[in-house]
This record gives sequence, C-alpha cells and structure tokens, in this order.
Amino acid sequence: MKTRMWLLAGAAIAMAFAYGCKPKGAQSTISGDAASKVYVPPGQYDEFYNIVSGGFNGQMSVVGLPSGRVFKILPVFSVHPENGYGFSEETKPMLNTSNGFVPWDDLHHISISTTNAEHDARWAFGNANNTPRIARVDLTTFKTVEIIEIPNSAGNHSSPYITENTEYVVAGTRFSVPTGSDENRDVPISTYKENFKGHISFISVDPESGQMDLSFQIEAPPFNFDLARAGKKKSHGWFFFSTYNTEMAHTLLEVNASQKDKDYIMAVNWKKAEEYIKQGKGKKQSVKYAHNVWDEHTHTGVSTIKNEVLVLDPTELKDMVYFIPCPKSPHGTDTDPTGEYIIGSGKLAAIIPVFSFTKMLKAIENEDFEGSLQGMPVLNYESVLHGEVQKPGLGPLHTEFDGKGFAYTSMFVSSEIVKWNIETLEVVDRVPTYYSVGHLMIPGGPTGKPHGKYMVAYNKITKDRYLPTGPELAHSAQLYDISGDKMQLLLDFPTIGEPHYAEAFPASLIMDKQVKFYKMEDNNHPRALKGINDARVERDGNKIHIYLTSIRSNFRPDNIEGVRVGDEVYFHMTNLEQDWDVPHGLAVKGANTAELLVMPGETATLKWVPDRVGIFPFYCTDFCSALHQEMQGYIRVSAAGSNTPLKFSTGEAE
Amino acid sequence: MKNLLPINRVLVLIAALLMVSAYFTPLWQISLWAPQYPEGLNMKIWIDKLSGDVDIINGVNHYIGMKHIGVEMFPEFTYLIYVFGAIIGFGILSAIIAKKWMVYSFFGLIVLMGIGVLVDMYIWGYDYGHNLDPTAAIKVPGMAYQPPLIGYKQLLNFLSYSGPDIGGWIITVSALIMIVVVVTEWRRK
Repeated sequence: MKTRMWLLAGAAIAMAFAYGCKPKGAQSTISGDAASKVYVPPGQYDEFYNIVSGGFNGQMSVVGLPSGRVFKILPVFSVHPENGYGFSEETKPMLNTSNGFVPWDDLHHISISTTNAEHDARWAFGNANNTPRIARVDLTTFKTVEIIEIPNSAGNHSSPYITENTEYVVAGTRFSVPTGSDENRDVPISTYKENFKGHISFISVDPESGQMDLSFQIEAPPFNFDLARAGKKKSHGWFFFSTYNTEMAHTLLEVNASQKDKDYIMAVNWKKAEEYIKQGKGKKQSVKYAHNVWDEHTHTGVSTIKNEVLVLDPTELKDMVYFIPCPKSPHGTDTDPTGEYIIGSGKLAAIIPVFSFTKMLKAIENEDFEGSLQGMPVLNYESVLHGEVQKPGLGPLHTEFDGKGFAYTSMFVSSEIVKWNIETLEVVDRVPTYYSVGHLMIPGGPTGKPHGKYMVAYNKITKDRYLPTGPELAHSAQLYDISGDKMQLLLDFPTIGEPHYAEAFPASLIMDKQVKFYKMEDNNHPRALKGINDARVERDGNKIHIYLTSIRSNFRPDNIEGVRVGDEVYFHMTNLEQDWDVPHGLAVKGANTAELLVMPGETATLKWVPDRVGIFPFYCTDFCSALHQEMQGYIRVSAAGSNTPLKFSTGEAE
Repeated sequence: MKNLLPINRVLVLIAALLMVSAYFTPLWQISLWAPQYPEGLNMKIWIDKLSGDVDIINGVNHYIGMKHIGVEMFPEFTYLIYVFGAIIGFGILSAIIAKKWMVYSFFGLIVLMGIGVLVDMYIWGYDYGHNLDPTAAIKVPGMAYQPPLIGYKQLLNFLSYSGPDIGGWIITVSALIMIVVVVTEWRRK
C-alpha cells in the first residue's frame, strides 16, 4: 500500500515539473564561424551597400553588409536638422507639395535602378506613403535630387517598383479615393463602390538624367493596392499589382476586407497602355501636384506645381488589365529572376500560390476567363497556376530569390523565413526570425541577377534582442548566410526607424563613382562666393544678405553690425574648401531653424529673424580642424528703427 | 461505526483548512508561447475572477474568431465560492464529529468537485475552440483551437499549456491527505 502512495506522490511531483518543461526561449544558437563571416577588418570595406527604408522616419539608411554597420542617414521625405535638409532655403522646395510644405512622411520601399533587369545602382527610389510622392536619390552624392507628388492617390504603398530598364517607376494607391472636381470628391463615404477609384500611376524615368515625369495613370477599381513587381525578361512589358479589400469595404477592414477567399493580382500590360497613349486614347484630367527637382550646380531645389494628368480607362481600353485570383489578401507579389513565375503571398492564406507567366498569356489568348470585373477579364485561377507551396508557414508576406532556383518567403505570424524550390514547390529549409519578419532582402534579390550569398530579415517585433531602452525599441534585423543548402544565422543588428523594404547591391558598382566635393567653378548658386574677397553684407529693405565664406578656420565676415530687430537675415554660406570630407557647419544663437551643414564647394542659406536686441554668436558645428573652436563670429542686433550703420569685417582690430 | 483516529481528525481538519487558500490563490492557469511571445502569455483562473494577460490573449485570439474571454463568460464565478464554502464547512464538521461516513463523504465531495470542474472546463474549451466567428480574418480550413485540458498542445503558431496553479496544487494536496485518511481508516476496520 505504501508503494502505491509513493507512486501517487511521484505522479503529483511529475505534473508539477511538467510545467517546468515549457519550451526554451528563442535564444538562437550561432555556429562557430559566424563571427568571422561578418567581421570586416579595419581598413577593409563591406561587400554590399544596403539601402534601407526608414519607415516612419521618412528617410533611408545606408548600411554595409555583411557587417550591419550604418554609414549614413539619408534624408528624403523628412526634415533633417542634422544637415539642414528642409531647413535651408535651398532644400525647402524639395518638401513642397500641393498641400504646401510637408516636413515628414512614411518611407516604406526602395527600388535601386536597373538596366536589363540588373542593378546599375545609379539611383535609389523611395515612396512617401502618407502624402503620396516618389523620391529619387542620386547614389553618387547620396542626396535626394527629385520628388514628384502623385495626384489621385492616397496612401502610396504599392510603390516605387520599377521596370527592368527603369523605364517606369509605379505608384499604386493603397486607399482608393474619389477623384475629379470638388463636387465629385465631396461624396458620402458610404458611396465607396460607386464613387471611389484606385489609381495606378506610371512615372517615366529619363534614361540619362533620371528625371521623372508622371506619364499616365490607370483608373482601376476601388481596391486597396498593396505591393507590385514588374515582369522581367520574358514578362517585360507587364506589371503585377497585389490587391486586397476587393470586398470594397470602407469600414472595419480588419474584418470586412478579410471575407473573400480570393482577392486579385492585377496584371497590367503597360506596353499596351503605351500604344493607347500613342493613339490618343488617354483622357486629360485636371489635378494639382508638385514636382521638385534639385540642381547640383545651383545647389538649389525648384518646386513646380503641375495641373494635368493623362488617365486611361481600362473598362473601355481592352487587353490592358487582367485579374488573377489570389488567396487571401495578398501582400507581396514578386516575380522570379527568370520572369516566368509570379508569387502571391496571401497574408491570411494557408498556401503560397505560384503563377506562371506563360500560362497567363495562354489563358488570355484562349479567353480562359472565370468572369469579369467592370468589363475587365478575371482569369481562371487553375489555368494560370503553376502550383501551390503546401504548408509553408503562417502569414506569408514577401518573397525574394537567390538565382539558384530557390525562393525565400517571410512568414510574419510564424516568425520564420521559408526556403522553397520554385519548380518543385517543395519547402527545403526554414529558419526562425526574431521576431515576426516583415520584408526580407537578398542583394539583387528582386532583379534578374541575385547575389545569393546573404539574406536579411527586417523584423517588426524586437522584444528581448538588445539592451532595453524603455517602451520604444530599435527594430531588429538578422543577417543569414544563404550560400549553402541550409540558411545560417550570422548576425543580429538594430536598425534606424522602422525598415520596411530594402535593397542591396555590390559596393563595386558605385564606390568609385562617389562625388568627393563640388567643384567651385561649377557652383552656379546666384549668391555663391568664389573667394574670400567677395565676402560682404548687403541690405535690401528689411532683408539682410550676408555673403559668408567658410574655410579652415574662419568665417568671412565674422563681425557684423547694423542688423535690426525684425530684419530677415539670410546667411548665404559658401564652403570654399576643395577637399574631401571637410564640411563646415553654421549655427546661430536663437535661430528658429536648424544648422546648415555645407559640403565643400556648396552654397546654402540659413534664414534668421532676430526678435531681440543683443550680440549673437555664430559658429561652425562640424569639427573641421585643430582650430575649429576658433571658427566663430558675432552679429550685433540693434532695436528696430535704430540707425546703427551696416558694418562687416574680418580680422580688423582696434 | 468507529470514530476516527485522532491523527486523522487533525489531517481532515488540515485538508479542509488548506482548501481555504482557494479564495486567495489562483486555481488554474493557461499559458501560451509563440515565436513572438518567447516570454509567454499567462492567464490565471481564480475562484471568482481571471487575471494575467487576458486582454493580450483576447487580442491575439480575435484574429481567428475566438470569443472574448471575460468574467461574464463564466457563470461558475458566481456560485463556486459557495460550493467551496460548503465543502470546506462539511470538512471541518467531519473533523469535529469524526464519523467515518462523513470523512468518506468529504473525500467524495472533493473528488466529485474535481471531476465536475474538469468536465466543465472541457465543455467550455470545446465551445471556445470550435464556436468561432464566421467573419474572422484568419480561417484555416478544418482547424479548431480547443485548448488542452491538462498539458501541452500546439495551435497554429502558439504552444498552449493548461494545468493547475498554486490553489489547484494546494487542493490536490488536500485530496492527497484525504486519500491517506480514507485508506488508513478503511484498513482499520
């Protein structure tokens, strides 16, 4: 009897211990040589540039791979007091919109320019999600050189994806909205299905200068357009847009836009669209949008408001738009390096469908349609399908490629990346991410020539990965080695802002093309100074123009008098240095703006309206030389209406 | 019918008094782990309330259309305090009166209550896991989310655990004490 009681007690203890057997935490095990694979010795360079979107910081960050080191925060849609972007008179026009000056946006996706579906890395494009815009960054100066606003759009999420020769960069609207005249736009929200439209914009890119132009828009049904990819190689000439909320709900989308088993991938034949435009089939519509261009010679942005857009109606213009049914609320739509396969990642779907471009063309040719949407054909799911990846994981979002026949899909809900064979659709490997990966990135991954060596996961949840920093944590990223059969975790690193998509390309593409300084003789800024002798101060009504030079280690002039309270004071500072890595800064006490950071050979302007009498110091903010702390000046502000004479000098003492 | 051994009278009293802890400690717990919840989510069930990460669990579960867990979901919370009180009272009484049949009945009541609670929990779990909102965002064909009665179970990206908490273990100790009492008294005749 006693033994039986001991057994009972033993069972009770065993149950108590069962709780202790809960699963281990997600401490990852790193195998032996991971550190050496990411170690870039002092004096050597990273192999890849990684241009990473900053999400809600409106910027891009420039990261090296495999080290994960951040080299630069590159301001695009958000002001950047660190270098005066959006604060200097020259850069303010870059952030102009039809709504006026907008100091912030939400930058989600990056496209690096391509030629023949391979990275040429001349420009990086980024999208503004909130006030719809596309920006172009010059990758020889890492500067935002152009921003174009997208009319008829709201929530520019399905953007800025490009065609294989960077002929076009697209902008699909996440929010469909009513467009047209004031009367047409002032409608009850409940008339969503009748009055709302989803416009898709094609913005042409000049092959030489890169300059963008809003070429045409396609007026699509009022779905939410999520992401997009161009066809490439054999599918060049087509563009694929994922859609959700094909339920066309306008409230509680969490539930109401998740009801249909299949939404669509919208396939657009943009070569056909070009034909229609040549035939004059587009309709001009009156709109208002800003187009801002940076001039590298005047070092100044110019904003132009434009008033017209060409719109194509796919319900009338046939053979241009087709719908491929895709389960369920597809997020990413990605084309493989051959251009044959189109992968739809239904974020609520239990499988990943892979569509065949060849089958799609055949289905179109045979008119193998299961129905139509406002007169546009809906293709038969089965006829277009190459196959389905079974049991891939939970919450598929995005797919990248390694160029070796494998696809890598990020799984948000099950927090992993799944590697699968594109032909056989078999899952061959999976690795955990920490935690809940959003986008993933392989250098060259979206192009026809991926470099299948590394893969980065950009995660949405960080939790316990780093030393905690209060409620708000850095977003985590993981670098994996994908050169072998098994994916191997190498590195875990924090990122800037909230990265969404990113691209990476070999450093050799651009590192020798970097601009080191701007040539003084090419500086056409109207208020530039070519030497110290022209340094001066001029009064023009209540405007004071200070033509200021900076060179190690002085400002000219550095003693200024005769400024009155209420004057508008403009510091036009030219950095006279002609050497790499010698920027000079300018900060003025009490100025309600940011500093200027002026590159060698550049001219920039800081505006200051003094509101009180006194002596105000200004100084250089960038540690430029051994006598940097001596690089300073004084400006005297007298009372409004006083008659202190205008005076300026440098190096004159009593 | 003989009276109890003095030592067993004390044990019965201890068993009954230990059960008073049910009013101050959680009786049962349900835990969930997922890749993005490595620290786990934990819900504690008390005699008349819930505590722990109930709101977070509700937030996670609404995607698949599970009902919102709340106190109002469990009518048991309104009467369980009286059921426990009656059983404890009966236990104390049987320690005082010290009749064998009373002690056996007390043990029987504890066992019946245990079985009752488990059956009740199973029925609730079945309904919670199967009776899903048809408009839920995530619908996995053929998938039900009934939590385990005791032990571990994988449900989509979550590993779930269900088992006794402190109060539940103390009651288990009471039951074990009562087994000792019942067995020794049974052998004594």
